[in-house]
Parts: sequence; C-alpha cells; structure tokens
Amino acid sequence: MEAQHNITLPEGSIEKKTTTLNFGPTHPATHGVFQNIMEIDGERVVSSVQSVGFIHRAFEKLAERRNLYQITPITDRLNYCSSPINNMGWHLTCEKFLNVQTPKRVDYLRIIIMELARISDHLICNSIVGVDTGAYTGFLYVMQYRELIYEIYEEVCGSRLTTNIGRIGGFERNFTNTAFTKLEKFLNEYPGVLKEFESLFTRNRIFMERTQGTGGISAARAMNYGFTGPNLRATGVDYDVRVANPYSSYQDFDFTVPVGTTGDNYDRFLVRNAEMWQSISIIKQAYQKVQEFKGAEAEIFHADVPEYYLPKKEDVYNNMEALIWHFKIIMGEVEMPKGQIYNPVEGANGELGFYLVSDGGRTPFRLHFRRPCFIYYQAYPELITGGMLSDAVVTMSSLNLIAGELDA
Amino acid sequence: MALTNETIQAQLEAKFADQVTNFSTDSGMLSFESPAAFNLKVMQYLFDELGFTFLTDLCGVHYPDNKDAEIVVVYHLHNFIENIRIRFSVAVPVTKPDVFTATKIFESANWMERETYDFFGVNFVGHPNLKRILNVEEMDYFPMRKEFPLEDQTRVDKDDEMFGRG
Repeated sequence: MEAQHNITLPEGSIEKKTTTLNFGPTHPATHGVFQNIMEIDGERVVSSVQSVGFIHRAFEKLAERRNLYQITPITDRLNYCSSPINNMGWHLTCEKFLNVQTPKRVDYLRIIIMELARISDHLICNSIVGVDTGAYTGFLYVMQYRELIYEIYEEVCGSRLTTNIGRIGGFERNFTNTAFTKLEKFLNEYPGVLKEFESLFTRNRIFMERTQGTGGISAARAMNYGFTGPNLRATGVDYDVRVANPYSSYQDFDFTVPVGTTGDNYDRFLVRNAEMWQSISIIKQAYQKVQEFKGAEAEIFHADVPEYYLPKKEDVYNNMEALIWHFKIIMGEVEMPKGQIYNPVEGANGELGFYLVSDGGRTPFRLHFRRPCFIYYQAYPELITGGMLSDAVVTMSSLNLIAGELDA
Repeated sequence: MALTNETIQAQLEAKFADQVTNFSTDSGMLSFESPAAFNLKVMQYLFDELGFTFLTDLCGVHYPDNKDAEIVVVYHLHNFIENIRIRFSVAVPVTKPDVFTATKIFESANWMERETYDFFGVNFVGHPNLKRILNVEEMDYFPMRKEFPLEDQTRVDKDDEMFGRG
C-alpha cells in the first residue's frame, strides 16, 4: 500500500482518455513503408496523422540529369506493381512531345502489355484486401497468374518487376511466338480463375460485413481530394483517362467503365474486379487486331524515329548513318525541342501524369510525376476516423497505396 | 456553351483584363500566367464559373535566370464535364516566394503544396500545416532549386576502385 504512493506518472496521463498508437512504418499490415500515428479510444480511431517519404529517392532531381531513354528505368520504380504502365506512359509523353506517330500494331501491343499490368496490379490489391480481412487463400491462388503475366513480360523485355519495357517509338524487339503462346494460355485460363476468386469473396458474408460501409467517401469529397482511378470510380464518377483522353488507340476498343456508388472498401473491390473483366476483353480485342496484321505489317514493332530509337546492331557495324545515331543516342547528344507538356495515362491506381518542361537541352529542365496515390492518401484520416482500427487496415490496402509511387 | 480554349481565354480576359497574360497552347492545352496576388481569384473563378473543379497537379519550377520571377508554381486544372484541361502558373521572386494557398478550394492542394514547399521553398500563405513532407524536417535547403546541381558525370577525382570500376 505504501509503495503505490511513490509511483510518479507523466503529467496528463490520467486525464488522457485516448491511447496513442504508432502504426508502421514497418508493420506487416501496412504493405509498404507507411507510418500512421493514431489516437485510439478503445478500438475506435479518433484521429490519425500520416508521415510519408521513407523511401524518397529524388527521382525528379535525377531526371534533370538524364536523357529521355534513361528516365524509363526511373519510372519503373514508381508503381512497381504495374511498371509497364509507367514505362508506356513515359514513352507516350515523349512521343507526344516529339510528335512521333506510332504504328497501330505498336499501339495494340502496348495495350496488351498495359492491360496485363493493370490486371496484375488489381489482382495484388484485391487479394491483399482479402488477406487483411482474413482470407489468405485467394491471394495464394491468384499469385500463379500474376506469375504468368510476369513470364509474358519476361518474354517481351527480359525482366519481370522493374521492366523498362519498350522504347520511345515502340518496342525494343518484336513479340516472340512464346509470348503469344503464353498470352493465349493466360486468356484461356485466367477468366475461370477470376470467376473463382470472385465467388470466394463477392458474396462472402464475412467479407461483405468487413468491407461494406467502411472507408467510404462521397463523390464530391473524393474529387476535392484529388481521387482518380478505381478509387474515384467507386464513388460513382465515371472518369477514366482511357476514355476521356484516349492514348495509344484506346478509342479503337469497346469497353465499359465500371463505377460504384458508396466509395467504400467493398465498392473499390468490386470496381477493380469489374475492371479486370474489362481488361481481359480489351486484351482479347487487341490480340485479335494484332493477328489481323499480315506479311510485312506483322513485323512492325517500332516507329521510325532515328533520333531516339536505337538502330539494329548489324546496321551500327555496317552503316555510317546508324553508327552516328547509335553514338548520339547513347551519349545523349540529341537536343529536344523547347516547350512543355502534361500527359496523363490511366495508371492502375489512378491518373499518372508526366509534366515535362524542356528548355531545348538534352535533358528535361523539369520533370514532375503526378503520382495518384500521393494525392489521394491525404484523405486517409477522413476515411478512417470514427471507424475501427482493424477497418483502417483494410481501408489502407483497398486504397492501393504503393510506397514507391507515393514517395517518388 | 461548350468550352474551348478560345472561349476560356475570352472569358478570362473579360473578367481579369490584363491580369492574365501569356496565353499559349502547348500540345492542345491552354496555358496562361497571372500575378501571384491573383492566383486564388483566378482559381475560384475557374472553379465557380467555368467548372474546373478538379486540381490535377500542382508543382514548382525554378528558373534561376528569370530575375525576380525565379520560382514558378504551376497548376493543372481539369473540367470533368467538358473534359478540358488548362494550365496556369504564377511566378514569384526567390527572395520572397509567397503564394496564397489553394487548400481552401481544393483539399488535394494540401500535400502538393507541402511538396512544393519542401523542394522549392515556396511559402504558401495560409496553409494549415506547411511542413516538409518527403524530406527530413531538419533539412535547411530546398533541393530542387537549380543551385544544387547533380554530380558532374565527367568528374575524374573519384577513386574508381572504390566504385567497382578499377
């Protein structure tokens, strides 16, 4: 009894009704390097402050010292769950800036790759939502189909995660037959898997109870917060860059833009699933269009841009012109025109924009990446306040936050 | 009335007269400049009257050679209904980089302005929480300014053996 009188507590600790919880930056449930300092009352979140920037690598500064083709590997490391979309977005920006017209076959091949990347990204995001609500099976099961997508990348560009796929003007090499065979295998098998994945979750009572009505946001707030991509569409706004500002011949394809209504975790999950079905349909259409090219047309895999597209190695050894271009490109001695451009593409988690300012030099004067999840992560405290701590975890994974993109 | 670059320009000029200048069209996107004191008035007008209700992007650019207009803040706005984008920019001297904050109009400006402050030192007047966001708070310089060049790629004073190139 005597000893209790000697305990000294920090000032204010008795009066304080809430607990401070340091969630992250290396907590397994954050799926990336995110820190949240939360005030919780029991299990209810009262307030939350995020801190970001743990893996900031100064990409925008690095880009000011690099030629256009050297910036592609930087873009890999933004949203590393769908690197090909970032790569293509960067090539499309350069091409628009330099007024390069790409052949249709290149556009269609790019769309195949971009939609595969979208599927692999949504697949990770949705299956992780499953993991966070307690269903590990879906995640393990679909992982083999992401593996198949990565094998297709590997056939096309030689690498899997940080792909550096394609070049300004097209692809570095034509698609091999193996790539098409693997694509066919994917198109045959994947719809059944997605169907099974959906039947595991969509009408699953536990999953619905966990995700419905948590992490919701209204369309007006979402727009004010700069939401884009599936997160915005889950609130009911049918904004998709592929439709609003078609690039890479998306206007030639027939697809719908799925939308939700409540903008909660369940709607985000449904929108992503529906988008995967659309992506499958786009890939099928694109593959059919690619097969329709015959003869010499079926061999085209890049545009004719000698200033930026590396010539074939045989030509470099035997042809003066090609040797000169090879040297100029590698040494970065090609001057860009003056001007500025903002070019958006529909990334897997939102509008990925590239703002390029050129002063006529060999490297960008300024390059800014509009990173979708950096902008919409601001809304996180608003989404989770008043909810349970365990719902905050699900909300975080269903927003599809990618640390590499957030911190640039 | 459908909005086009020309009608937007005409309406802005009718409203703000010579406070909006340097209209140009880069790759189909209308861009213009306004004085830093007018940025909120222009943005509010675009938001209320012309339907630019989405702030796509906000970033800074440093032009060290433009005397008294070294730091430029660039806004990209988007009208979802008419599906049209515009860009407008305000320039401020590097010695006094004060720009009014857009956080009252767009919540999304909050972090984008913090990022611009972090890298260019733009002081967003009225911002609720103007702190560094990606860099450490102890940093005492603004790294994206042009006076901080990257390493010279042709330097020869490095010991190659230390870098695995011996």
